Amino acid sequence: MSESPRVVYFSTKSGNTRRFVEKLGMPAERIPFEHDAPPLKVQSPYILIVPSYGGGNASGAVPRPVIHFLNDEHNRRFIRGVIAAGNTNFGTAYGIAGRIVAEKCDVPLLYRFELFGTPQDVANVRQGVTSFWQQHQ
Amino acid sequence: MTDMQTPAAPQLKRIDAINWNRLQDEKDLEVWNRLTSNFWLPEKVPLSNDIQSWNTLTSEEQQLTIRVFTGLTLLDTIQSSVGAPSLMPDSRTPHEEAVYANITFMEAVHARSYSSIFSTLCATRDVDDAFRWSEENPTLQAKSALILERYYSEDPLMRKVASVFLESFLFYSGFFLPMYWSSHAKLTNTADLIRLIIRDEAVHGYYIGYKFQLAYEEETPERQAEVKQYAFDLLMDLYDNEVKYTESLYDGVGLTEDVKKFLHYNANKALMNLGFEALFPDSVTDVDPTIMAALAPNADENHDFFSGSGSSYVIGRAEATEDDDWAF
Repeated sequence: MSESPRVVYFSTKSGNTRRFVEKLGMPAERIPFEHDAPPLKVQSPYILIVPSYGGGNASGAVPRPVIHFLNDEHNRRFIRGVIAAGNTNFGTAYGIAGRIVAEKCDVPLLYRFELFGTPQDVANVRQGVTSFWQQHQ
Repeated sequence: MTDMQTPAAPQLKRIDAINWNRLQDEKDLEVWNRLTSNFWLPEKVPLSNDIQSWNTLTSEEQQLTIRVFTGLTLLDTIQSSVGAPSLMPDSRTPHEEAVYANITFMEAVHARSYSSIFSTLCATRDVDDAFRWSEENPTLQAKSALILERYYSEDPLMRKVASVFLESFLFYSGFFLPMYWSSHAKLTNTADLIRLIIRDEAVHGYYIGYKFQLAYEEETPERQAEVKQYAFDLLMDLYDNEVKYTESLYDGVGLTEDVKKFLHYNANKALMNLGFEALFPDSVTDVDPTIMAALAPNADENHDFFSGSGSSYVIGRAEATEDDDWAF
């Protein structure tokens, strides 16, 4: 078991989620975006940070590479929580991908942030994840 | 790009047939699909169910509402007739141009939908008065001029900056009011329609901001610094004007300070769409929770898991995921 919280994330070319993860400054691995890239295999517990697609429907909200990553039972076994990126403009669908993954994997949705997050979001997540990690890794 | 000697002679620009099966940027197709699947028309919203509610508003509240919607109509008109088309010549891909065509049309739908609200709820004379008010109102005209100046400029980066500020910042002094009414169980069908517009504007601001960032990355550090300075200068000019506009509209009903928080919150999101860090600190972006709740009606959960407040330990509620991709 690692001391520091570990993050697995997905980010498209716009890079909002990647920017948030970089600001967090925690060890992080990116689920590959390219179709021909080798699949990511994790070996230890992690928190998933995922952007939401679409504007209201559950279908298509979770990026397909994230679904493929979680379809791997080995990867799924190590997930401890989810953080979702989104936009409140999408109303009830704000961060919906996080809700879907949380339900399917039976882990808590820890936090939601918009776009690449404000400095306060980064501080909240850094502090929250650190204490959560001590109890749930 | 423009030849002042021969304004009537269009430059011959080669056009190739658009192939959606050969993408240079997958974001174009992703956003196209998102926008087309979000397509809607005002006829689908039962606005007439708000007639009773409309009649419970005081005449001052009715006038405020009509004026706010007229101001929003002006912004949508600008975006449809000038803003989005002005982005087309600098498209990096043919697919980007097609997305702007979608945005252009959808902004026309937005502008049109306010007239649907008016014809359903309001007296013709009151609406005519509001349109006259919009033509003469100095702060509304000032924001229009600040934006149009960029749209007509020769700087493609600033055209995108101005577009993102319109889509992601300027609308919100107006969007506040239907969310406020909705939080008081008034004009709830109208609020449903406005939420559809709010959803569209988020995609527009995100996409135009994304394309801005691609172009911005290619510039020299000196030019980047210049553009960033112009962008923040424009935001502050728009903000100063927006505060005056807000005071002129909302002082009478005592909501100005609440609207200003909503402005700060959305200004930060506009900056983030452009890839810039948020400017307004948390202490001035604490939008009234009832307004935030009005953006997401029927959402009963609070996801602040870390602070332990609210209904926090959320193991997502049942969401029907219809994707075939899930294997568990």
